[in-house]
Amino acid sequence: MKKEEPIAERLAKEQRSISISEFFLKNKHLLGFDNPRKALLTTIKEAIDNSLDACEEARVLPDIIVEVIDLGVDRFEVTVEDNGPGIVKQQIPNIFGKLLYGSKFHKLKCSRGQQGIGISAAAMYGQLTTGKPITIVSKIQKDKPAHFYELQIDTKRNEPQIIAEQIVEWEKDHGTKIKIVLEAKYQKGKQGIDEYLEQTAIVNPHLYLIYTNPEKQRLEFPRATKELPKEPKEIKPHPYGVELGILINMLQDTKSSTLQGFLQSDFCRVSANVAKEICDKAGVYEKSRPSRIAKQEAENLYKAIQEVKIIAPPTDSVTPIGEELILKGLKKEIKADFYASITRSPSVYRGNPFIVEAGIAYGGDIPKEDTIKLLRFANRVPLQYQQSACAITKSVISTAWRNYGLSQSKGALPIGPVVLLVHIASVWVPFTSESKEAIAHYPEIIKEIKLALQDVGRKLASYIRKHVRANEQRQKFDLLKSYSEELASSVASITGKDKDKIFNDLLKGAERLYKDLKDNGMIDKNEK
Amino acid sequence: MKNKKEDSGKSVDEKINKLAKEVLNQIEKNNNPTVDMPLRGITNVYFDEKNKIIQMGNKTSSRSFFNLGQSKKFMQTFLAAKVIQDLIKQNITVPIRSIYYNTKHTIEGTKEETWNDQSESDPIIEDLEVTLDALREELHVRAGSKGAMVGNLTIIDSGDKIDLRKMGSGGWSIPSIVENNIIKFDKCEATYILFIEKDTIWSRFNEDKFWRKNNCIIIHGGGQPPRGVRRLLRRMHDELKLPVYVVVDSDIYGLYIYSVVKQGSINLAFESMRMAVPKARFLGLSSFDFEKYKLPSSVILRLKEVDKKRIKEVMGYPWFKDNKWQKEIKHMLKIGVKLELEALSAKNFKFITEKYVPDKIRNKDYLD
Repeated sequence: MKKEEPIAERLAKEQRSISISEFFLKNKHLLGFDNPRKALLTTIKEAIDNSLDACEEARVLPDIIVEVIDLGVDRFEVTVEDNGPGIVKQQIPNIFGKLLYGSKFHKLKCSRGQQGIGISAAAMYGQLTTGKPITIVSKIQKDKPAHFYELQIDTKRNEPQIIAEQIVEWEKDHGTKIKIVLEAKYQKGKQGIDEYLEQTAIVNPHLYLIYTNPEKQRLEFPRATKELPKEPKEIKPHPYGVELGILINMLQDTKSSTLQGFLQSDFCRVSANVAKEICDKAGVYEKSRPSRIAKQEAENLYKAIQEVKIIAPPTDSVTPIGEELILKGLKKEIKADFYASITRSPSVYRGNPFIVEAGIAYGGDIPKEDTIKLLRFANRVPLQYQQSACAITKSVISTAWRNYGLSQSKGALPIGPVVLLVHIASVWVPFTSESKEAIAHYPEIIKEIKLALQDVGRKLASYIRKHVRANEQRQKFDLLKSYSEELASSVASITGKDKDKIFNDLLKGAERLYKDLKDNGMIDKNEK
Repeated sequence: MKNKKEDSGKSVDEKINKLAKEVLNQIEKNNNPTVDMPLRGITNVYFDEKNKIIQMGNKTSSRSFFNLGQSKKFMQTFLAAKVIQDLIKQNITVPIRSIYYNTKHTIEGTKEETWNDQSESDPIIEDLEVTLDALREELHVRAGSKGAMVGNLTIIDSGDKIDLRKMGSGGWSIPSIVENNIIKFDKCEATYILFIEKDTIWSRFNEDKFWRKNNCIIIHGGGQPPRGVRRLLRRMHDELKLPVYVVVDSDIYGLYIYSVVKQGSINLAFESMRMAVPKARFLGLSSFDFEKYKLPSSVILRLKEVDKKRIKEVMGYPWFKDNKWQKEIKHMLKIGVKLELEALSAKNFKFITEKYVPDKIRNKDYLD
């Protein structure tokens, strides 16, 4: 009898490490490339996020030029050009040709991109669907050369492959321009790129954007302020926010030689005493070498952290847009009769500081009979998909908008001529998935959102009350005018006097009665 | 007593002119056009102990065009006044409902009608009646007529001689205006008038020729009697010197109908002097009749909460303060029962005509 190979041995032959790129290929929906329409949006979005973050870091007012060209047969060429600080030559291949390479993943900072997976994923998507490499031009200083690259990604090894590189002439002092050809579908309106850019312009009033769409229409989004957002401060993670896996990684990577030192220097708000208390609670010797902490001990540490009282993280690392700039952004892009905004004080979830802001626009050109338009943002990035899964939507639905003058059915968004903006700024925004489309339902976050909504809601209610009252008075005046006509006719018939004169006299009395209204400009001065 | 104005001698046409001129004057001076009118309703009536009737008090309310809650009513008042003046000029009398239709239209520039329904126009005409201190017939407006009469009496109606002994089963239908320029009394043998709440019961009496056997007049007002019926009762009572007996259901509505016949109504308190019959006698049904006539308990209706509420309200009216009435009403509350006239049929169909009413009259078994 032939001896059978053990199953495990057989399986072992099939087991091998999977490259990140291969993983992406199979899971591209997680990163926002589920379909051609979304792929186009995600590509532009990742490029613009990078441009805006880079400009802000370099304290440059961003001028961004976006062009989308329809190449036919479902292919589009996307060009995004910025006036940012540029990228040094050696880094260009890694940034655009390698997944999970970047500076943001290791930092806790209020920036748009968080995982460093975005732009190279877009490049890879283009490469996979069209075979075309990504091209990059970048220049870091006026007297330095501009570098041109054509890159492909080795999807097995997650390494960049340089197809072409050369020095080119570029009239810009500094900046980066990328071009990706990808299989895509262009659609105007909801969840499309036009909507994305419009919303981006609202929450980034310091941005000057020129956009040429596939229909060759050139749209310009002017800058509403020269004030750059405050530079976000980088903070160390707070112990409450760290997950076990990350804690284990941090233990391996730390430069500290003792556990106590590690806790003190790699986290914020941890004093020597607090570090000691954590070690004692976990039953781990505080002088242990962090790299030698076993998994069980790490787990004990993790549990001990939750039990030790640690003061909340500093909140100055979170940079809101600000009430005034939210108003400017809304006024710039939405024609309405009334605007209001609120920036809440910082708050903390799981050791991560965050700030909720809300803005509201009412009336004007906004459709009256539809459900309100809800604009969701996380660190100034519009969230266009998975609305129903998002904590912001949940908070809006569970707010009693009837109290604020809008109609609302149970479990639904309110109805009325309203654009509602909600922005969450945080060093670490908790998304429900890697495609960063919906905010996770943390009770602390929902509570803050609701408080912000109630604030703008109250402001709206007071406006509506005033507005509606003026409207009602206007209607009453109109009615009184009609009654005057009737009365004049009856009195004229009985007395044989001139009807028009009686009516005009009555109207004088009626107008005096509504003098207040007239003062408010509710009655057209020419009206008889 | 009615608050006679100095111009009460003038014709209604002149009064309307005067009212409109006053308002015109206010309009020209840019004042708030205002009309003072006697207040109709419970807050402006009192019980005249001497005459035993409900009278209208002196309270007035003003109706102003520039008071938003009153604008429409003010406009409607003059809409009605204008039409009434037209009627006077043309010398035609129309039903009150026709005034409603004649003046109903969409107000220009609005989606509103001048009147939503007749229940809006009728009170405005009544307001005008008291404001102009005019009789309904002087306004050339007729109420809907209901009610019928037969009996040992001959009348002259608009010049036609009518023998009320020969009116068949339906009887003579009572018009809304019964003043002596229209209705005159001729030969009369009757010795009393029997007022019956409902037309169905009245028909029973007429079928049995009750009036012939008992030498009387029988009359009904189809529930709450309209002005014509009340005015006619009063005239027959005064001019033919006939006592009036009233037969109604034993419930608070029946009792109130009796009260209206006897003392007048709150709404038309200004007409009590011409309409009420203070000596009208209440034959029944009394709340004590159920036990007295040993009626089977299956014929009774239980008082509902709304009935009880209304009973308590009526008990508080000054004209029901008399002990005998309090006793009657309290007993109704106590047994918690109401009885319809038809319930007497439980005895037999002719019980009411052959036994109940004749016995009560003979035995003077009534309240007054």
